[in-house]
Amino acid sequence: MLFDLNNKLKTFHKGGVHPPEHKLSEHAAIEELPLPRQVVIPIFQHIGKPPKIVVERGDEVKVGQIIAVHEGFVSSNIHSSVSGKVGRIDEVIDSSGFRRMAVNVRVKDDVWDESIDRSDNLVTEIPFAPKEIVEKIMEAGVVGQGGAAFPSHVKLSVPEGKHIDTLIINGVECEPYLTADHRLMLERPHEIMVGTKILMKALGVDRAIVGIENNKLDAIELIEKVSREYDGISVESLKVQYPQGGEKQLIEALLGREVPSGGLPMDVGAVVHNVGTTYSVYHAVQKNKPLIERVVTVTGKKVKKPANYMVRIGTSVTELIEASGGLPENTGKIVSGGPMMGKALGDMDVPIAKATSGILLIPTFESKRSEVYNCVRCGKCIEACPMGLEPYHLMLLGKGKNTDEAKEENILDCIECGSCSFICPSNRPILDYIRFGKSSVRKAENNQ
Amino acid sequence: MNDIILYTILILVSLGIAAAIILYVVSLKFKVKEDPRLPEVMDALPNTNCGGCGFPGCSAFATELVNADDLGPYHCPVGGNDVMKEVADILGMEVEEKDPFIAVVKCAGAIGVRKQFSEYDGAATCTIASDLYSGERGCSDGCVGLGECVDACDFDAMYMDEYTGLPVVVEDKCTACNACVKACPKDIIQLWPKGKKNKRIYVACVNEDKGGTARKNCSLACSGCAKCADECKYDAITVENNLAKIDYETCKLCGKCVVACDVRNIVADHFKQEQLDKLAERRDARLEKEKEARIAERQKAKAEAQAAKQSGEQKPLDEKLNDSAVPEKTEKEEVSTNQNPDVV
Amino acid sequence: MSTTLLTVAPSPHIHQELTVPQIMRGVIYAMLPALALSVYVFGIGAVNVTVIAIVSCAFFEYLICTYLLKTKSSVADGSAIITGMLLAFNVPSNLPWYIVVIGSAVAIGIGKMSFGGLGNNPFNPALVGRVFLLISFPVQMTSWPEPVASWSIDGATGATPLGLLKDGLRVGDTVPAIMNEMPSNVDFLLGFQGGSLGEMSGVALILGLIYMLYRKIITWHIPISMVVTIFILTGLFWLINPEKYADPVFHILTGGVLLGAIFMATDYVTSPFTHKGMLIFGVGIGIITVLIRLFGAYPEGVSFAILIMNAFVPLINRYTKPRRFGNKPVTNG
Repeated sequence: MLFDLNNKLKTFHKGGVHPPEHKLSEHAAIEELPLPRQVVIPIFQHIGKPPKIVVERGDEVKVGQIIAVHEGFVSSNIHSSVSGKVGRIDEVIDSSGFRRMAVNVRVKDDVWDESIDRSDNLVTEIPFAPKEIVEKIMEAGVVGQGGAAFPSHVKLSVPEGKHIDTLIINGVECEPYLTADHRLMLERPHEIMVGTKILMKALGVDRAIVGIENNKLDAIELIEKVSREYDGISVESLKVQYPQGGEKQLIEALLGREVPSGGLPMDVGAVVHNVGTTYSVYHAVQKNKPLIERVVTVTGKKVKKPANYMVRIGTSVTELIEASGGLPENTGKIVSGGPMMGKALGDMDVPIAKATSGILLIPTFESKRSEVYNCVRCGKCIEACPMGLEPYHLMLLGKGKNTDEAKEENILDCIECGSCSFICPSNRPILDYIRFGKSSVRKAENNQ
Repeated sequence: MNDIILYTILILVSLGIAAAIILYVVSLKFKVKEDPRLPEVMDALPNTNCGGCGFPGCSAFATELVNADDLGPYHCPVGGNDVMKEVADILGMEVEEKDPFIAVVKCAGAIGVRKQFSEYDGAATCTIASDLYSGERGCSDGCVGLGECVDACDFDAMYMDEYTGLPVVVEDKCTACNACVKACPKDIIQLWPKGKKNKRIYVACVNEDKGGTARKNCSLACSGCAKCADECKYDAITVENNLAKIDYETCKLCGKCVVACDVRNIVADHFKQEQLDKLAERRDARLEKEKEARIAERQKAKAEAQAAKQSGEQKPLDEKLNDSAVPEKTEKEEVSTNQNPDVV
Repeated sequence: MSTTLLTVAPSPHIHQELTVPQIMRGVIYAMLPALALSVYVFGIGAVNVTVIAIVSCAFFEYLICTYLLKTKSSVADGSAIITGMLLAFNVPSNLPWYIVVIGSAVAIGIGKMSFGGLGNNPFNPALVGRVFLLISFPVQMTSWPEPVASWSIDGATGATPLGLLKDGLRVGDTVPAIMNEMPSNVDFLLGFQGGSLGEMSGVALILGLIYMLYRKIITWHIPISMVVTIFILTGLFWLINPEKYADPVFHILTGGVLLGAIFMATDYVTSPFTHKGMLIFGVGIGIITVLIRLFGAYPEGVSFAILIMNAFVPLINRYTKPRRFGNKPVTNG
């Protein structure tokens, strides 16, 4: 093990775990999912303010037509992903697990908005000024597609006084099972590279690093080859370790800089974008195509055909599962996203959102938590925590609603990666209570 | 040998005397001045440290009471009027009697009443479950059923009913300390006046969804049909956001709203069944009469309209409606809600 | 509507496989080689003591859980069995049964359950039991049967190598003279020294260590730092005066150093959380052990050293908190 090549690669230096990878769908090429008969487009898919709906029941919409306009800066536009007639506008339970506004669109045909360039030819020229680029990205409703769904234009608007020197493209995909980013890098490398150049121009930086974990050797090789055609972009292969895809961990792994507690990546001169986001940025800027579809992995140990699909936003999860051979018998849990940070769905009939990177079907025998034992003070959670926190302690503080001490122990630094709960030999619900503690600390802060 | 024992005794005795003197001097010098009434008030308070008074514990409350000019804003829910009276006597002040309160659970969505869609498997507290998603049952406003209120209760006054999956308040033990109200993430529990002879009437629902959606998820949900509000003579019931709310200060506990509710979602504690049956009977009889009257009216109107049509006029119908005033109008609504397939 | 309900829980949705009962089982497996050798050397006495200790530990845990604490019995997690085994490892194989039972009662009752059960005890329960017995029954606890491979019940009794050393030094013998009468270090390593059940064979204990490291049940930090500290300290004294102090290899292989380093000090509950803390803990145990052995009244000091350092664990934890991400200390640039 000492001479393992993997150990010489870059990685982050604090904590981390290595869950079994199970990348079942890594060799399945991205397929275009047939148009659904109806889509339910959730209006609030991002962090920030919910946008304002601008269509009414009965309106005819085209693909790419705007249906909800952003409210304020930290918000995002929502576009119709299909063409047809607007149906009910009502609250539905979306992938967040809560009842939120959504627009139903009954699909009629596939008429696209005229301004969208649907051709496949690569446009490498970037004639726009940085400001125009940010504007276009904002108009297209691009949000981070790694999971958090933070509006991308906000990340590109660097406040005065901050200097950015490096753009990091996140191709880590450290979550087990998921392969959406992996396939995208293999099949659309040029689009990602041009997207990177666009982001570099928008930020005014001349260095970009694509970070890819070492379990995607083919992608590393390909992106390395392709990146030679583009100035300033380099590829770094990283040791496989969870949660390397976390912004703070990735910056530390690649640049050796630690984002200060409570700070943003901008504070250390870096901006991180996911490869999926970069791909959407390319389309938004060069092709005028808003974020209306994304790659979603459908996977699971019992799934007949683990696959990666190009899916229109708002398509029901049921439809994706059907395309992958139907719901396997004894499915106990459906997770939107990866197994470490994804959200379990209470219902199959949930629309795909901009940040849905995968649908994971977990069989019954793995879906339930095991018996909880006393904390044996083994310290494994402390060794696993990538933020250098003491999860066992934070759990107790959260449980006891001791908000002052919890805040002092940096509970708000927790990135909710789940390494502590994953590693705990006593199966303690550490992260559950830390989340609880975080929300009570925030509540206490708001009350002050 | 004897000398040793003697010396030992002498040394110990002198040490003891010296220490006693030091302690005495120190206790005199550093004496904390304290209101002499404070310990008395402390003794009068129940010393449960529940926080129901809004202060972190009984001693903090006692300090506050001793320094207060007026006892009006202060109340110990656990001790109730007796204790407050005692405190007032100690402090030489007056205190108003306050109606005792009790916690009521405003959700009737028992197991079987609400459809279950998923199974929650995280840490077993209501707050964590409700932060995660809208819940394992249809109604996202209803009781989560993990018993955080029971855990919060210091007085053993709550338990989870095995069959309904809902919390139950033990009347004799509940002190209205507000702990369960604060613990509940869905705001289902509310403090309610205990009422004369323990009688109280409240709506056991907090769901503000539209009637159809609410009923689809829970067969006992309040759909906001307003029948109860129409029945109330004292304007104690308001319907806002598809939910009926009873104002306990104006409610006269007549019980008419209870029988007006289609799904019997209005809870009447400690009412005699005969009384309610009688009210229901009376209401049915009245409804029947009104229905007949209305049918007659309608027929009359029809006949008149026909007559008007024949004579080329169409006005009288509107006038008729204006004439028939409020009770008639509510009648219409009742009928229309009854015909609504979502409700029945 | 599907018939089975979907499960919804907060993330993460997967879990690593090593759970507490599995860890406990792993520790038991790791102790088996030493136990086997002990049975081979001490015969039926070793079996008796071990079985009595395990059974009575489990029994007391069950009793206390069910009748005093009124909670679900925690015997199933296996920690009481480990306590019983460790207690047996720490006593002579000819100890009368009632003393073993008393030791178990103290270990479980006072050492563990009085603090609230698994995970809450500040001191290693087996060592609490052992030290209690050592103080209450000094004669029985320090007369060890001779390590002759036999199943005969009435073997001769004698002292441990460390005891012989201490006694020899007290009457004025030099170390080389005493050493001449004792088996070689190789014999100690293989396991033919008088002493408690589990501390005779270095090889068997090291086998257990390798197994636990392989299963990732423990890390190397505590055992290595403790043994290395003892080696260095005793080595220094030996270099200064070989007439008065025994050689470091002798110190490591005799007595309870290996048993303590591998099985007692590494107890999760009573050792520090972080690797840095574990190193401090191991070094501390090493220093105290050497001090007791070389300058104390008792010939052996591992048990006391571990218990003393157990008391320091909260303090060590306090001062070896992990460095928070994003708060780089000045020294680290």
